[in-house]
Amino acid sequence: MSEANPILSGHGVGFLAGERRLVTDANLELAGGTTTILIGPNGAGKSTLLKLLTGEIKPAGGEIRIAGEALAAVPAWRLACLRAVMAQHARLAFPFSVYEVASLGVDGIGRALTRQRREAIVAESLAAAGVIDLAGRRYQTLSGGEQQRVQFARVLCQLEAGRSVAERQVLFLDEPIASLDLCHQLALLDMSRSIAARGVAVLIVLHDLNLAVTYADHLVVMDQGHIIAQGPPAKTLDDALLRQVFKVDLTLSRAPAPGLPFLLPQQHRARPAA
Amino acid sequence: MTLAAPTPAATATLTTLIAGRRRAGLLAVTGLALACLFLTIVAIGQGAIPIAPGRVAEILMARITGDTSLLEGRDVLVVLNIRLPRVLLGLLVGAGLAVSGALMQGLFRNPLADPGLVGVSSGAGLAAAATIVLGDRFLAGTMMKLPFAALPVGAFCGGLITTLALYLIATRGGRTSVATMLLAGVALGAMAGALTGLFSFVSDDRQLRDLTFWSLGSLGGASWTKLSVVAPIILPLLLLMPLLARGLNGLMLGEAEAYHLGIPVQRIKALAILLVALAVGASVASAGMVGFVGIVVPHLIRLSVGPDHRLLLPLSALGGAMLLVGADIVARLIVVPAELPIGIVTATIGAPFFLWLLLRRTSLIDV
Repeated sequence: MSEANPILSGHGVGFLAGERRLVTDANLELAGGTTTILIGPNGAGKSTLLKLLTGEIKPAGGEIRIAGEALAAVPAWRLACLRAVMAQHARLAFPFSVYEVASLGVDGIGRALTRQRREAIVAESLAAAGVIDLAGRRYQTLSGGEQQRVQFARVLCQLEAGRSVAERQVLFLDEPIASLDLCHQLALLDMSRSIAARGVAVLIVLHDLNLAVTYADHLVVMDQGHIIAQGPPAKTLDDALLRQVFKVDLTLSRAPAPGLPFLLPQQHRARPAA
Repeated sequence: MTLAAPTPAATATLTTLIAGRRRAGLLAVTGLALACLFLTIVAIGQGAIPIAPGRVAEILMARITGDTSLLEGRDVLVVLNIRLPRVLLGLLVGAGLAVSGALMQGLFRNPLADPGLVGVSSGAGLAAAATIVLGDRFLAGTMMKLPFAALPVGAFCGGLITTLALYLIATRGGRTSVATMLLAGVALGAMAGALTGLFSFVSDDRQLRDLTFWSLGSLGGASWTKLSVVAPIILPLLLLMPLLARGLNGLMLGEAEAYHLGIPVQRIKALAILLVALAVGASVASAGMVGFVGIVVPHLIRLSVGPDHRLLLPLSALGGAMLLVGADIVARLIVVPAELPIGIVTATIGAPFFLWLLLRRTSLIDV
């Protein structure tokens, strides 16, 4: 699927933690307008790969380029205009309000914008994440799912503020729907798709295979630090891969309308592969 | 292009919320600034020779405008040469300690962090104890000539060395681990405390008295000379703190998140640590160990206007300055003609007040 000019590309990316190889020789391209979804079992190296691609940790080998530049050479503030990251767990040390947490997304990189524009961005993002009615609440008094939506609003703020500087942007979401109910899971994924539709390259780490297949333009499967398969979801996911990667002996079905594979989990048929 | 249009009702609520927050912040800053100015004038009037606040204001204005006709009389000397430097030192040390507390709490993302906790004050204290006890023996000449200089310089170096050691212990490969620094700080603090105890064990009666008095803190002995040494070390903290506010807000989400937001995390940490080391070293050197300011004031401010550092830092400065000057008034008046060490006042007023706050608002520390 690789477009002629991806916004972010990684070639031969590796990472070592002491003696352990967490990510080995990963090749990945994130193109504008597409949603890439990263799946794999626990400990496969998904979050580590995400951290490498966001610039949070430096790769032990290989090269990562964002918007045509080497990632390592881009200073923090400009990187913040090029990409926004929603991490897995975000806890706050002090009782900030929901409005203040979301504002953090524009406070740093939105300094060139007028105050009215900044406030409008925060209001839109809070509305888009469905948390505008919580704006005055203290972040710590919210439920886990509500906190996750506030973090999503913060990330939306950052993307919107960064748009004034950078046209080509990447959005990273690391298990963004882990604490959400079904309605909000779909709402968040729909929102990230509409962000992709504006030309942003979106990378999401997901555990729900059915949602991954439904929302991905490009599916990436990781196991033991290696990217072992990637491509359009309908062609990438099959029974053999499920057995090999997730160690479950289940059969994929085909949904009638779009012909996407789906999985109906059944009780205790998991078995370790050889 | 908009992401999602908020409903008019939601927008209205949000606008009210933002306007309310801005008004509350503005009100708090002007209110505290005026209260601080008032307290300063009252404090200058208090002492063995009481001077009316009106007369104090008159003398200060005359001094500022250069109107020498009003600058006559014994009270002018008292105000300009004794009381003013003392109150200014109180303002500076109070503001420096409170802002240092707020910075450390932000940096460590821990509401209990305080220069006292991470060993900076203890390091300064140890150096001071060493100066008092060993000074007589090894620096006899210097101590005779410069009895008031050796102690502050020693304390200042002690604070700086402790902070530097902490920073080196906690920094690996260009990244400073806040958790390691906190733990190492507790260890270094305990070590410095033990060594200070050892010095008091081997000291003679006079040295012990010096040591005790100094460890409880005092603004006595303030002079323009002392102020001219201390001010250039504490002022950078107060002048540069706006540069740190945004970064510290981002750090509340975590270091990785702050980096994602575009904040130069390592630079913010290094600058904050350096400024705090300088300010605390200078404070301990000039006023002794004054506890509780760095922890009580930022918490009070957080309770009233929230944890946003853009407001928290300047308000902490004003609050800390007021607390110390206020405590100094009490210290000077309560056992006239003697003077109580100021640390006793800040702790006896501060600790119960803090406990009362904790009981009233269980949500004070909810991490």
